[in-house]
Amino acid sequence: MSTAPATAEPAASSSDLAVRLRGIGKRFPGVIANDDINIDVRRGTIHAIVGENGAGKSTLMKILYGVQAPDSGTIEVNGSEVNLHSPSDAIKVGVGMVFQHFMLADNLTVLENVVLGAEGLHGIGGKARAEIQRISDAYGLGIQPDRLVEELGVGARQRVEILKVLYRGARIIILDEPTAVLVPQEVDELFGNLRELKAEGLSVIFISHKLDEVLSVADEITVIRRGTTVRTVTDTAGVTARQLAELMVGSELPSPSTEASTVTDQVLLRVRDLSLPSDDGRPLLDSISFEIHRGEVLGIAGVEGNGQAELVESIMGMRPTARGLVEVDGVDFSARTTRERREDGIGYIPEDRHRHGLLLDSPLWENRMLGHQSRPPSVKHGLIDKGAARADTQRIIEEYDVRTPGPDVLARALSGGNQQKLIVGREMSSDPTLLIAAHPTRGVDVGAQAAIWQHIKDARRRGLAVLLISADLDELIGLSDRIEVILRGSFVGTFDPDDVTPERLGSAMTGAGEGK
Amino acid sequence: MGLGLASAALALLAAFAITSLVLLAAGDPVGDVWAQLLKWPEQRNWANIINNACTLYLSALAVAVGFRMNLFNIGVDGQYRVAAFTAAVVAGEAWLPGYLNTAFAIICAMAVGAVWAGIAGVLRASRGVSEVISTIMLNFIATYLVAYLLREAAVKEEGSNQIATKEIPEGSWIPGIPFGDFEIYGFVVIAILCGVAFWFVLNRTRFGFDLRATGQSSTAAIASGINVKRMTLGAMMISGAVAGLVGLPIIFGESHSYGSTFQSGLGFAGIAVALLGRNHPVGIALGALLFAYLDEQSNPLQILVGVSPQIVAITQGVIVLTVVISYELVRRYGLRLEQREVARALNAERTAKAEEVSA
Repeated sequence: MSTAPATAEPAASSSDLAVRLRGIGKRFPGVIANDDINIDVRRGTIHAIVGENGAGKSTLMKILYGVQAPDSGTIEVNGSEVNLHSPSDAIKVGVGMVFQHFMLADNLTVLENVVLGAEGLHGIGGKARAEIQRISDAYGLGIQPDRLVEELGVGARQRVEILKVLYRGARIIILDEPTAVLVPQEVDELFGNLRELKAEGLSVIFISHKLDEVLSVADEITVIRRGTTVRTVTDTAGVTARQLAELMVGSELPSPSTEASTVTDQVLLRVRDLSLPSDDGRPLLDSISFEIHRGEVLGIAGVEGNGQAELVESIMGMRPTARGLVEVDGVDFSARTTRERREDGIGYIPEDRHRHGLLLDSPLWENRMLGHQSRPPSVKHGLIDKGAARADTQRIIEEYDVRTPGPDVLARALSGGNQQKLIVGREMSSDPTLLIAAHPTRGVDVGAQAAIWQHIKDARRRGLAVLLISADLDELIGLSDRIEVILRGSFVGTFDPDDVTPERLGSAMTGAGEGK
Repeated sequence: MGLGLASAALALLAAFAITSLVLLAAGDPVGDVWAQLLKWPEQRNWANIINNACTLYLSALAVAVGFRMNLFNIGVDGQYRVAAFTAAVVAGEAWLPGYLNTAFAIICAMAVGAVWAGIAGVLRASRGVSEVISTIMLNFIATYLVAYLLREAAVKEEGSNQIATKEIPEGSWIPGIPFGDFEIYGFVVIAILCGVAFWFVLNRTRFGFDLRATGQSSTAAIASGINVKRMTLGAMMISGAVAGLVGLPIIFGESHSYGSTFQSGLGFAGIAVALLGRNHPVGIALGALLFAYLDEQSNPLQILVGVSPQIVAITQGVIVLTVVISYELVRRYGLRLEQREVARALNAERTAKAEEVSA
């Protein structure tokens, strides 16, 4: 592969450069987010920036978009040095950003969303509509200005976000993990749009950690690790995803693949006709039935918001309006409280660790007790045994490699990956028979991800039944023994992970494909 | 701990500075006012300070129970008056002899306080009605309900416009504790026991953990299996039961009846003291003593310096604001320190490993 050290002078002359970053550094309390970052983005290219979660990509982009000021280093846009103090400064020099979470008002039309805050450019009426139409046609975005945003799908909303940025005159567009919310088909459309932008001479900065996608669309790739630029790859044809990943991690790669099947014929979790009505009539869960055997991992694939969170919360007893049978190991759990379900063998790794998994302002040993406050070792006869709780927290810290000075640190002071390892350790420590893992490696770095996968695999070998919800299709395919696809609150297809591709799962997730 | 003390000292200094500015602006003698306020109190004044701090302390504990669960019980004021009235009537009737009568009256007061606060708890748990609104409304109801019932239950004193409940028999009074030439309420002992129980229940029992967890994050509490609705009702009722004790030092130690001039407003002062004491039993004790001290020292201001004692109410209000602000600043600073500590420890670990590898 042909790579150039990031610090070397660029091959292209500086007049070709849309963006030139030199020596960018940014420190947060206790964390060095960016340290000596050097990147050249050539005009008319798609430049990808890849790195693990927490490598400092988002911080770098916030600096380039004027959201945060760097502590050191210089930013040049189109050959002249700029000082960006706010996003409006960035827009003035032609830098626009599309955030991962869309910032659109659902109850307004596309036109209204686009002109909101930019009324001075082309007004809010016919001229603005004509301009939107012109941009949409020029870049093949296919946007109708008068549709309500709430009627649009995820892909179309993203195109509206891109159009918003173009409408404000951006010539350099930053996309922060744009494919995270898209199914594979929509990703292809997005890449088509990006190539149109490139052809018109715009520059695109594309942030991702999905390497296959990066390789298929980017002209140049910069790898960031631990806040600093490791390499810039200028010849993307000569590099493989694996090589990139190893640059990202700085070591050999883990893979989520399972070993020999450990599925037994003993049913552990039986769910029958589980339904969850909603206020607006359309049920959130519609008569879902399935079984998980001991030693089996059942993966649930689906576009977010199709009932995954509701399914998990219903099985956990957190949804009082849920109807249907939930049976664990032959015992009817349907009428039990969340605490009883936890006591009787369900371990729960929640989707949103900050909202559901942790007390951020409490020390780690108190977080060790959370969800286990009715069981030893932390609590005896209704009294807290602080010594035992701290000792067991220390055990989890060691066994699960939680990076912390000790069990008295507040949970908030840990990084996301270490918080997640603590949660996994906690849920495993009570010897559950069923583990519900919702996005267990979301926002977790590759090292922690590999460790968490290993813990799930070990538990499965010991006979644990696992319900795995994940948005990461590779993780689902790699860990699951069986995959169910959920769409609008129903299971719409069963797949065998040994002969399914992310594309086929993607079709099923959008309702376009076939199940079997 | 050091940080906490520093922040409290800083907040007090700021509050004194602001009060001085108010005095200056009004053209009052700043030096004389402080000389009076900061003069070492007489023994008689100390007895008064401790007695007032006792009621303030109980009131603030009641508020703090709610705060720990993220519930804002503004209704302590109504709860303690309903409860004190109940205790006075029950003890005055003297169905039981001696201290049995006292104990029974105290239990009745706590029960009534718990039920009165429980109304707000039920509304919050079942209907999502904000406890702030419902407890304020219950305060009004309490005021007029007690006024109405007092007229029904009162015994008329000869030659006086005041009405009060039947006097409690002397055998059921709670005797004072000698304090030099004076006496302080015997109820001080019960208040201290309440503080110890508060600390123990919150920090050492599962129930206390559940309560604190719910206060920090109700979503995490639900996921961990805590029945948040039941905790809401429980916390509200405990808060009300403690509030039921607030008026009792006066009833059993001083007035021996509930009259139309019974002290009101203790519940609101308790909110300020709870904030000042950071919902910690020792902090609340210090806060209660400080507020009682300022109140006592301000009494002669009008006569000696010619300044309205209301200036002290301004000081108290400013103290609460500066304390809240400085606690928040110190909390953020502490968190930053800790994050840096974590990063430093991890970096040291990483370097140590790297050296091991290279060696």
